[in-house]
Amino acid sequence: MLLLLAMALFGLGLVGVIVRRNLLVMLMCMELMLNGVNLSLVTFAQQTGTAAGAVLVFLTFVVAAAEIAIAIPIVLVLVHQRRTLDADAYTDLNG
Amino acid sequence: MVATLNALLADLDTALLFIFALSAFVGAALMLVLRHPMQVAMALISTMVFLGGIYGLLGVHFIAAFQVLIYVSAVMVFMVYVIMLLDVRDVSFKRRFSQWLVPGVAGGVLLVGALGYGLWFGVDRIATTTVSFGLAQFAAAFLSEYWFQFELTSVLLVAAVVAALAVIKGSRRRDRG
Repeated sequence: MLLLLAMALFGLGLVGVIVRRNLLVMLMCMELMLNGVNLSLVTFAQQTGTAAGAVLVFLTFVVAAAEIAIAIPIVLVLVHQRRTLDADAYTDLNG
Repeated sequence: MVATLNALLADLDTALLFIFALSAFVGAALMLVLRHPMQVAMALISTMVFLGGIYGLLGVHFIAAFQVLIYVSAVMVFMVYVIMLLDVRDVSFKRRFSQWLVPGVAGGVLLVGALGYGLWFGVDRIATTTVSFGLAQFAAAFLSEYWFQFELTSVLLVAAVVAALAVIKGSRRRDRG
């Protein structure tokens, strides 16, 4: 059941990143995807009785903190220049 | 008496696990449909707290503590602070969804369907043991076996700090020039 929940959280987060327009909401949906992966790691660690999954969850916490620490300044700079949180306003950024 | 109490507690554990899982799922689903970013942040925070409860019920108390400490109190407080800082009323508040709504939902349903199919028919192949591990075993594995990865995360954190400073500095220089 927990693996199903982890899968649902990851899927909902992925759909949210694709579907929503607001930059901050997209960031939060990415956090939701990380949470789903964390839940699956903890479930696997419990099922196999090894500590490797828990160690990986710790590393994921650090990655999430680093991701937010970089993403928020980028969003701040973008909003400072265009005064909007709409992702469609930044289509000139694609390659 | 003790046996019935223990059975009752085990039932309570299972019921709580189910309730927490359902609440986390509802919070995650609400994140897709709520309009204001602050409401989305509140839904995400509730999902994270319920996930922390699930970790606690599973017996990994230290991960439950770190879930609440790092995710809810560090990452999400930062997020809520930025939402309050950037209270720009723009088109993304009125129109929630981008033009990718239909393909995004279709792709998500396909992915979840494929994953669910694999999970439903392949879950028996995962060897399950009831052996649980405590903080002592985790700490020993963390600092003796995985010390290199631990050091790599500190390098990652330093790189993140430098990158954040570079983003802010670069934008300031562009403003001046």
